[in-house]
Amino acid sequence: MINVEMLTKYYGNLCAVDQINFDVRKGEILGLLGPNGAGKTTTLRMLTGYIRPTSGTIHVKDYTIDEHPLEIKKLLGYLPESAPLYHDLLAYDYLDFVANVRELRGESKLKRIRKLTELCGLNEVMHKPIGELSKGYKQRVGLAHAMMNDPEILILDEPTSGLDPNQIAEIRDIIKQIGKEKTIIISTHILSEAEATCDRIIIINRGRIVADDSTGTLKQSAGGESLINMTFRNTDFPAVEKTLGSISGVSGIILVDDQGESLSVSISSQSSSDIRADIYRAVKETDWILLDFHQESRTLENIFRELTKEN
Amino acid sequence: MVQIAHIFKKEFKVYFVSPIAYFVISIFLLVTGWFFFTPFFLFNQASLRSFFALFPIIFSFIVPAMTMRLFSEEMNVGSYEILLTMPVTYLDVVLGKFLASVVFIAVMMVPTISYPITVSLLGQLDWGPVAGGYMGAVLLGAAFSGIGLFASSMTRNQIVAFITGMAICFSLTLIDKMLFFLPPAMLGFMQYLGAGFHFQNISKGIIDSRDILYFLSVTFVGLYATYLAISEKN
Repeated sequence: MINVEMLTKYYGNLCAVDQINFDVRKGEILGLLGPNGAGKTTTLRMLTGYIRPTSGTIHVKDYTIDEHPLEIKKLLGYLPESAPLYHDLLAYDYLDFVANVRELRGESKLKRIRKLTELCGLNEVMHKPIGELSKGYKQRVGLAHAMMNDPEILILDEPTSGLDPNQIAEIRDIIKQIGKEKTIIISTHILSEAEATCDRIIIINRGRIVADDSTGTLKQSAGGESLINMTFRNTDFPAVEKTLGSISGVSGIILVDDQGESLSVSISSQSSSDIRADIYRAVKETDWILLDFHQESRTLENIFRELTKEN
Repeated sequence: MVQIAHIFKKEFKVYFVSPIAYFVISIFLLVTGWFFFTPFFLFNQASLRSFFALFPIIFSFIVPAMTMRLFSEEMNVGSYEILLTMPVTYLDVVLGKFLASVVFIAVMMVPTISYPITVSLLGQLDWGPVAGGYMGAVLLGAAFSGIGLFASSMTRNQIVAFITGMAICFSLTLIDKMLFFLPPAMLGFMQYLGAGFHFQNISKGIIDSRDILYFLSVTFVGLYATYLAISEKN
């Protein structure tokens, strides 16, 4: 559906997006993840034809963005970050304008506006100026705007940023509802959101793709290794290292904190079987005082942090 | 081309749903009404020449005030991104906004038709120069709109857009009044550049193709510069 090749964007000397390649298949919900300033918004803006790439090509269906920008724009629905809309217009007037530009006429226009009003829950605010709406409602008007032409591809730039938890849940429901039949690209820096809504995740850092896999695979590769955090009193690090290091399955022991009376360590294990029983038995033999003992499975968050760490 | 109409409609609506239109129209009517009628009975002439003579200077302030938001506000709020990612071309955007401004200027002048009607009741009014004056005013408004639009496309700050636009329009208005500073060799050229000079000709009722061509070329240059500015920006 969408094919991006060697896409690069420089702002002056600053490289915002650096030779990225990816494909998006039809019906996929793709999450574009990355820390702030990683190049997510720039990538989306190039996809929508708002800014021109420095080099590289973007194909959408049979069109390229340089030669057929208008045809591509007709296929796309786009909601920019924080939904910047015309503040002076009423919500209805605004949607009417969008419908006109999207070449909807007469009865079909009214039908479409009514349907989107229903879907996005805008009934109560249609007669209000957009500038007076709350952030959540603005976002929904933005969503209605993006879906006006019933686009095959929907691009949403941080659709839930700045919303309260209830609103986030509502927007996510809407996205899931429309995601059944549409290709959707969502950019976000909220990991749980990507985990909950996306089929596939691309992690971008400093303009480069550092991970590109299905959500399940990414989580699995993260789950292979688990961390056990322990806090002791009445011992020191070399003793802990010696005693626990000999247990099979332990791949490393890291000193987390050694201040005051307690000692915190983090034990990483590679084995698929649970080694907590062995650790417990080993600790029982000693006269250490065990204050804390819990396992932390590595989630998407760990992967994200590792891949996007600043060196 | 259809998109121009939609953009025009939206921009025109925004003028009237926000207070800008009412402010601008009130100021325009107040200023022209006051300066025209105060000395009117002293002159004791049934003519609107002094009324139209006010236009270049008043338009130098009022037109940039109306065009300043057309691009700057959109770029500042970010709605520009939404506009450009819909299936419209840069040309649609420029022409739609330009038309909204020109039509607004025409609408703004409608109430002033009561002036020639009043004057014609008081004496023998020659309607030729009046018609010429209104036509010239629309041309002048179009030329200044082009300039104002360009100023607006250069910055996201509306105040800067207003001052830039006003400075250019004001220079064009005043240039033929500053001619005595210039060497004689440049006189003809500089006079031809002045908007005030050409407007004066039209408002006397003399429709000369050179004057019309002047306004059309200023409009074209303004719009083309705007087109370049927004298409090169991204």
